[in-house]
Amino acid sequence: MQDHYEARFAAVGGQGILLAGDILAEAAINYEGLYALDSPTYTAQVRGGPTKVDVIIDKNRILFTRTTAIDFMLCLAQRSWDRFGYDLKSDCIVLIDPFLVHTVDRNYRVYELPLIELTKKEMKKMVYTSAVALGAMVGLTEIFKPESVVKALLKKAPKGTEEANEKAFKLGYNSGRELLK
Amino acid sequence: MPVSLKLENLLRMEHLPHMWCPGCGIGIIVKAMLRAIDAMGWDPRDVAVISGIGCTSRAPGYLNMNTLHTTHGRALTFATGFKLARPDKQVIVISGDGDATAIGGNHLIHSCRRNIDITEIIVNNNIYGMTGGQYSPTTPLGAKAATAPWGMVEPSFDIAKLCIGAGATYVARGHVGSGVQLERLIRGGLKHKGFAIIEALSNCHTQFGRRNKLSDPIELINHIAAKTINVKEAAKISPEEMRGKFAVGILFQEEGREEYCEAYNRLIQRAQATLH
Amino acid sequence: MSNSQHLGRQIEFMPGNEVVAEAALAAGCRFFAGYPITPSSEIAHHISKRLPEVGGKFIQMEDEIAAMGAIIGASLCGLKVMTATSGPGFSLKQENIGFACMVEAPCVIVNVMRGGPSTGLPTQLGQSDIQQTRWGTHGDRPVIALAPAYLDEVYTETVRAFNLAERFRMPVFVLIDEVIGHLSERLEIPDPSELEIIDRVGPNVPPEEYIPYDSSQSDVPPMAAYFSGYRFHMTGLNHDRTGFPTTTQSICHSENVRSMRKVEDHIAEIEKFENYLTDDAEIGIITFGSSARAAIVAIDDARQRGVKVGMLRPLTLWPFPEQAAFELSKHCKTIIVPEANLGQLIYEVQRVTKGNSEVVGVNKVGGVPIYPGEVFDKIVECSGKK
Repeated sequence: MQDHYEARFAAVGGQGILLAGDILAEAAINYEGLYALDSPTYTAQVRGGPTKVDVIIDKNRILFTRTTAIDFMLCLAQRSWDRFGYDLKSDCIVLIDPFLVHTVDRNYRVYELPLIELTKKEMKKMVYTSAVALGAMVGLTEIFKPESVVKALLKKAPKGTEEANEKAFKLGYNSGRELLK
Repeated sequence: MPVSLKLENLLRMEHLPHMWCPGCGIGIIVKAMLRAIDAMGWDPRDVAVISGIGCTSRAPGYLNMNTLHTTHGRALTFATGFKLARPDKQVIVISGDGDATAIGGNHLIHSCRRNIDITEIIVNNNIYGMTGGQYSPTTPLGAKAATAPWGMVEPSFDIAKLCIGAGATYVARGHVGSGVQLERLIRGGLKHKGFAIIEALSNCHTQFGRRNKLSDPIELINHIAAKTINVKEAAKISPEEMRGKFAVGILFQEEGREEYCEAYNRLIQRAQATLH
Repeated sequence: MSNSQHLGRQIEFMPGNEVVAEAALAAGCRFFAGYPITPSSEIAHHISKRLPEVGGKFIQMEDEIAAMGAIIGASLCGLKVMTATSGPGFSLKQENIGFACMVEAPCVIVNVMRGGPSTGLPTQLGQSDIQQTRWGTHGDRPVIALAPAYLDEVYTETVRAFNLAERFRMPVFVLIDEVIGHLSERLEIPDPSELEIIDRVGPNVPPEEYIPYDSSQSDVPPMAAYFSGYRFHMTGLNHDRTGFPTTTQSICHSENVRSMRKVEDHIAEIEKFENYLTDDAEIGIITFGSSARAAIVAIDDARQRGVKVGMLRPLTLWPFPEQAAFELSKHCKTIIVPEANLGQLIYEVQRVTKGNSEVVGVNKVGGVPIYPGEVFDKIVECSGKK
């Protein structure tokens, strides 16, 4: 990973995307020996409204609390792109679900993956969206070793869901790798 | 306020005489409270008396116990902190009608709802005495007050009904015409496990009486006494006949509903059990 | 009370509001009363779960005023206590904060600041209550307010808030803001055995000789708890050393002055600040909390361009590090004060720098923090070079 990395996970409330940010940050701290900070956006609506979590990862102590030059953005809703599609680096990797996001600035490195359909089809339960998304992000960016993120994911996963979460992550990870081909 | 030698142990004699007007009903009510405390056999070191602001709220200063004179309307909030910190001790609040039901009304209804083991005595003299005779939530319709020179236009609270409705598990009403009854009603509240309210109808001849042709204390006390009717008698008469009258006695009592601190202690046990 | 073993666990990544709650428990907090208000509510969420585990008590009161009253009540019975709130709730608590000062009740009040006035921006930051913290309640009273910027500091300063409250028998404020309260970052929590924990000093005389406000030995009178066998009276009225009301002017005056001395005479013990590259600075920055985290990035960028700029970062906003700010002003032609309000701390900076420097603000409200670029631009503007 480069010295400083910024990632944004944007969706609408209820998609469980805040958790993906937490897991990435914990992977950085606990399994990569890095510093990490995450700050969720609190809007008046928690469910249904556009929401995001920003994660900053750094080899040194993180000073400023907000993202200013985002390396990676995941977006799962058009409204979320409209509201949060700023502060991206010119070569930012943008991963979208093409069924949910139609209009993005194609000057960024945009990748499309039908994350919701994939989760529905392969995992049956939508709660695994965040694990699939996280896997796709790691596959696409190779920010960390996948094992580090899996460890963090399993630490956070409710008892009894570890296996399914790991499966979901791998599903996302492999799909992310495919996108690079 | 003549006191028996026994009650002197409960008073800070060096701070007497008190600051209330001659003939004020607060003295009668405080004496009834002291006799009730004495009758409970409690060690005064285990008893706290907490007040807010107003004439009544000066009472704790004269009592040789754990006493706290807080901010206007907020006595119950401090008392809640006391009781939760020391559920094994006795916590009493003494307030006036304005203190308890206007600025402190929110705390009153929520203390009733929680059923926390605090006994509150509300001295209801229908007026703000200390601040100069302004109308309170219990000033009778038409009565005059410093801020009701044309007569009171707002309806009154029935404090007892308010507290019953909010969930208090012991609600009684007495009046300054009968100190003996008051003492008995307060003792009932002290014995009761849960939130207990004793409304004591009282006289403020200085601020209320003076403006309403009742400036003689005895006359005003008699006037109050004449409006009261024993709760058992009250049950026998029609609502029309009850109009303008106040039932006195124990108006509501419910035993067996869990007291707040006990419920919280069970919560602590549950929380700690999950750790082991 | 001793810390539970449960508190010894290492926590590495958690939101600021939860850090406040954990630090309070480690400091010995065993009573919390609060009322729901964004963005401080997670403190109540977390501590309502954790307090019963250590035998403490949490209560959600019917309003903010009640929460303040309840913690004072529990404090007077001997417990270490805390409440947490934000903007409107802080305004509501002011009268009882004054009461805590008057009866000299130790307590910790956390304010997770948001935009204002009125309902303002409930879910977004503001550093809106700097002067309210100083002057919010009527009358003159001492103030200690701590303003941590990093979550490690949130932990240690919250512990210190309890220590200072107990040491000086007074309310102590912890001022963070929505950004700090909601972000999670890597932090290292000290082992409980490394923490200095201070408890209030109790009376060393028998009950019959106890005088509640006896300041003959110290401006901080020894404090008995209610129900401990000591019977005494406390009141929000001006009172003499016995605790009973008085209107004697000389006593009212001297007691009020004594309460101010609790802070004024112990500045070295209370005051805390950090100097960053100030030695050779020609431009100074004075800021705190989340705004300081923008300023430090701007300073590093400006230094790379050869601008001699440095920062004084108070961790105690009140008492304000007066001497340190004055020293900085001696060699800085300009002092910049970035804050997420329309200019509050700047008045104190102007006052204590006595005209040595030009003092200018970088101010921003509306819920978005000040960014490093905004501070950088001001530095460049003040240095006169691009």
